Amino acid sequence: MNIDMLPDILLAMLGGAIRVGTPFLFVSLGECITEKSGRINLGLEGVLVFSAMAGFAGSLWSGSAWVGVLAAAIAGALLGAIHGLLCSMPRVNDIAMGIGLMLLGTGLAFYFGKPLIQPQAAQLMSIPLGLFSISPKVMQALSINPLFPIGVILALVLNWAFKNTRWGLNLRMVGDSSQAALALGASVIRERILATCYGGFIAGIGGASLSLYYPGSWNEGLSSGQGLIAVALVIYARWNPMNCLYAALVFGGAGAIGPALQSVGVSKGYNLFNAIPYALTLLILILTCAPNRTIKGSPSELSVAR
Amino acid sequence: MKFFWISVFEGLALPLISVLSGLLLFGLFAKLGGYHPLQVWSLLLKGAFGDAFSLQNSLQRAAPLLLTALCVAIPAQAGLIVIGGEGALVVGGLACAALPVFVPLPQGILGSFFILLASALAGGAWIALVGFLRQYRGVNETISSLLLGYIAINLFKFIVEDVLRDPASLNKPSTKPLEPSILIGSILDYDIHWGLVWGVLICILAFVWLFLTTSGFATRVVGGNARTAKLVGLPVNRLVVMACGLGGGCAGLAGGIQVAAVHTAANASLIEGLGYTGILVSFVSRHQPLAILPVALLLGGFAAAGSMLQRHLGMPDASVHVLLGFVLVITLASDAARGRLGVWFQSRSIVNPKAA
Repeated sequence: MNIDMLPDILLAMLGGAIRVGTPFLFVSLGECITEKSGRINLGLEGVLVFSAMAGFAGSLWSGSAWVGVLAAAIAGALLGAIHGLLCSMPRVNDIAMGIGLMLLGTGLAFYFGKPLIQPQAAQLMSIPLGLFSISPKVMQALSINPLFPIGVILALVLNWAFKNTRWGLNLRMVGDSSQAALALGASVIRERILATCYGGFIAGIGGASLSLYYPGSWNEGLSSGQGLIAVALVIYARWNPMNCLYAALVFGGAGAIGPALQSVGVSKGYNLFNAIPYALTLLILILTCAPNRTIKGSPSELSVAR
Repeated sequence: MKFFWISVFEGLALPLISVLSGLLLFGLFAKLGGYHPLQVWSLLLKGAFGDAFSLQNSLQRAAPLLLTALCVAIPAQAGLIVIGGEGALVVGGLACAALPVFVPLPQGILGSFFILLASALAGGAWIALVGFLRQYRGVNETISSLLLGYIAINLFKFIVEDVLRDPASLNKPSTKPLEPSILIGSILDYDIHWGLVWGVLICILAFVWLFLTTSGFATRVVGGNARTAKLVGLPVNRLVVMACGLGGGCAGLAGGIQVAAVHTAANASLIEGLGYTGILVSFVSRHQPLAILPVALLLGGFAAAGSMLQRHLGMPDASVHVLLGFVLVITLASDAARGRLGVWFQSRSIVNPKAA
């Protein structure tokens, strides 16, 4: 490996950041909504896998990738609804229930996804942003996932909505102080269940990106911990949708280091590079959490940040 | 006194109801898929406990589950939800296979002792890190233990495929096989290895420590209410890290036993989700070490029966995964019913109006 491979690697990482970061972006935006309402949904890892399977199935049966995206989102909303309903029962621990849903979601995905491993489903078409260049490498790196601009717009809309709409205010109030919400007549349980559903819906779109764009097929090793990283990402982003966008790009880049190095021929130590996103997430959590204070900006009802 | 018996009843009834509901839901699920629920249930029971062969198979599968469940149960008694059993198991298995490469070991039982000790220490250190991060940096232990689990799996794959790879293992990367004299053998003529006995002994030891010693009691106080523990002057940080270390040691030992008894070398077959099934076992047995014994056997039995479902009915091999998922979700949801079942047994007192 020599120094003039560096621009190639950086270019591959940039393309990879968007390509790999899109599922992170959607899952973290969905989890942002859920956590702002005071509930944590660790089951998004299972939602990611299950909705990837559902998206692939939808695209296979209908022939259109965008129908698959819708199917994936609905599947995600379904699992989110289950999480929301079960966690609104008294004394149920939402962290443990998230783990349970993670296992159930992956189990259901593998069960239904058995006949989906071989066939090829219609894929999402990339948006070629790199047409201005004559170099094929630049064109490849800049042909981006069509769901990514949707994610960016969603982040902007959420950022505005949390601050300027009644829905956003209700959501934040339910997450900060359920007693204040009750005093004002807002239904805490209903808001949280709805927020968990929306979170699952958006995270489902991220799952569709996995099976319909990159890696673009359904198999049992599709996601390993990406949903979990996205949940940790939300804490790091201080529950701000724009920070979620930047953090998703950073983590997408970190996750793309392995494939980028492979594309220039460095294949030794592949597994170590695969471990980078997890290690980076852990490092950031260590640096930003503190044992005696609550994190600034955390919804007070959130059990993980209390 | 009555309340004691009511809570004992609840402690037994709720998990039982959860498992039965999980089976019922799975039957319904199978019916929707076109399979016959009665066939499914009878195959599950037959495959788990039907004959001597399947019983041995279930015991064999239950052995590592006993230890990985303790990895969740012991920190849970200290108030933590640690999900990193898979990572600790993998690290323990790696340590077990790697030790003979670096250190010349004595033959026979003493050699076995050293590799198992190494695996327990490695697993213990891995999860103790989780406890340390929680107490001293405030990092949520569920997220950090899951992340460390993924890191462990990638580290394991790296070391098995690149650093310690046995040149003779061509298709499937693996470390050098362990010397036969330090492997763990079978009990008498049966198909079960001694690891099962280790698992049972350690579960009993865990019960004795948690419920019959002062340090165990102190740990449970921390689990009940950490602030009270601090007020009373207990060393909360040290107890939490120790509980995590003990739990991780159990899971690491499970990994070492899997390598020494079943696989004889460290390779990718070690990563088969034993840690995750251990989570389920621990939650269903409500983190009580003695209850882990029958629950691990039951769930190990279901896992063993999974291949029968595939062979006889053609169900996908993920069906047992779905069943276990249902049982876990229902068990967690049944927490809502805790404290409510006893109501049926409390007689309503009739207020006698004073005779006029």
